[in-house]
Amino acid sequence: MAYLINCPHCGPRTTDEFYIKGDASKQRPAAIGDGTMDAWHDYVHIRDNVRGRMAEHWHHTGGCRQWLVVERDTVSHEIYAVTPANTWKATSRKGSSTPARKTPARKTPARKTPARKTGGRAKT
Amino acid sequence: MPDMKYSIFSLARNAWSGHKNWQPAWRSPDPKPEYDVIIVGGGGHGLATAYYLAKVHGITNVAVLEKGYLGSGNIGRNTTIIRSNYLLPGNNPFYEKSLQLWEGLEQDFNFNAMVSQRGVVNLFHSDAQRDAYVRRGNAMRIHGVDAEILDQHALRDMMPFLNFDNGRFPIMGGLCQRRGGTVRHDAVAWGFARGADMRGVDVIQHCEVTGIKRDKGRVTGVETSKGFIGCKKIGLAAAGNSTTVAKMAGLELPIESHVLQAFVSEGIKPWLDNVVTYGVGHFYISQSDKGGLVFGGDIDGYNSYAQRGNLPTVEHVIECGLAMIPSLSRARVLRSWGGIMDMSMDGSPIIDKTHIDNLYLNAGWCYGGFKATPASGWCFAHTIANDAPHELNSAMRLDRFRTGYVMDETAHGAQANLH
Repeated sequence: MAYLINCPHCGPRTTDEFYIKGDASKQRPAAIGDGTMDAWHDYVHIRDNVRGRMAEHWHHTGGCRQWLVVERDTVSHEIYAVTPANTWKATSRKGSSTPARKTPARKTPARKTPARKTGGRAKT
Repeated sequence: MPDMKYSIFSLARNAWSGHKNWQPAWRSPDPKPEYDVIIVGGGGHGLATAYYLAKVHGITNVAVLEKGYLGSGNIGRNTTIIRSNYLLPGNNPFYEKSLQLWEGLEQDFNFNAMVSQRGVVNLFHSDAQRDAYVRRGNAMRIHGVDAEILDQHALRDMMPFLNFDNGRFPIMGGLCQRRGGTVRHDAVAWGFARGADMRGVDVIQHCEVTGIKRDKGRVTGVETSKGFIGCKKIGLAAAGNSTTVAKMAGLELPIESHVLQAFVSEGIKPWLDNVVTYGVGHFYISQSDKGGLVFGGDIDGYNSYAQRGNLPTVEHVIECGLAMIPSLSRARVLRSWGGIMDMSMDGSPIIDKTHIDNLYLNAGWCYGGFKATPASGWCFAHTIANDAPHELNSAMRLDRFRTGYVMDETAHGAQANLH
């Protein structure tokens, strides 16, 4: 279950320390003005609602107060990777539902915590 | 098809024969090659839609496709509360229609759904909160819905076990809707299924829709685990899986799927006569006829398609419960479960046509879908039969997010997990 989030700054913390913003695949439109309505509607209202692997913005409000990108499975609740949002690059902005890789692509610069070898993989 | 009417006489007749001759309440038909209307999703809303399509509009060549068994989804996973205490003009008459349908439902579909109008009370704990509830009560009464404000004395008579004198959040009173209450939720699925089946609707269980076939801008049928089924119209009522199903028709929805947990305690003697909700945290509780305390709180907060929740939310819900009713600490939780909510971006539902002429959508119920079941089916059936929304669901449009006519009861903005 998605119970522990391995924060790169704080180590494993429970989900209730986090504010969950959701889908990280959408990019904020650069401009406001004529002809940008569709882009804004898409950004504000149409979130990816993936059944399977998904990347989301989580804010560690009860810890380091940093924005993170949590990649996890919405069916099994397994967590694949937790990355600081400012270093995370979506593999393809619209395609966060890419098939699960065997090992997380990005090694998280997590503090060394005992009994957690793979970056950001947490299970309870 | 079975058309045995349930009554005191049928009960007596079957008692004489040792209850060995009861017929199944609905058939288990194989799908026909084509239907006039296919409803995707055999939950409460889908079954109610089929029932009213047949009963009100005379459209009986209908199939309801359910990927699991009847009652396996949210219709059997909620806390069974019915009410119509909504504030906004686009919502209130719809939910009031639903409550009126609940009031006549058992006679209408000849099934005991144990509709119990035991009263719903929303507690308030501050002057500001009282004012907000008075405003909501007034809005309800303007729409002809019953609402009354109870002061602390009246509440002490009704529910003496509440934590009235909490130093930080004293209970000052509550907004009460006496016509609200509870219904046995799975009997609702069974009653609608039986009523639809009696009128010729095929309720097909264990039939998962895997694709929606389109031709020249119209839908022509669905691919399923039981093969292709053709149709003239499709209505989607897939609740937590709405996004997945809508995607099959190239439709992107303003919806996120979230898990909501509910709980039931061991059975105790009659103790809590009403439905009561907390005004400080999110907590609601009632007592079932078996004696179990049925309660719930917030969604877990992260996107999920798993019908199970997490421990931090369990802790949060129980904390809210104990803060409101300290004596709950003596009750033991018997079981808990999770359902997948189709959380819309403004907290209100969608019953509408789509960009495809003969494809209709019923989704976005957040965690308020159960009370809406009859009116949702009634309005969706109207929308499908007439190819236009009824006045009652005319504000529940799919394009309101683009046009700005959102219905945000709680004013939280476009953040699905806050509604």
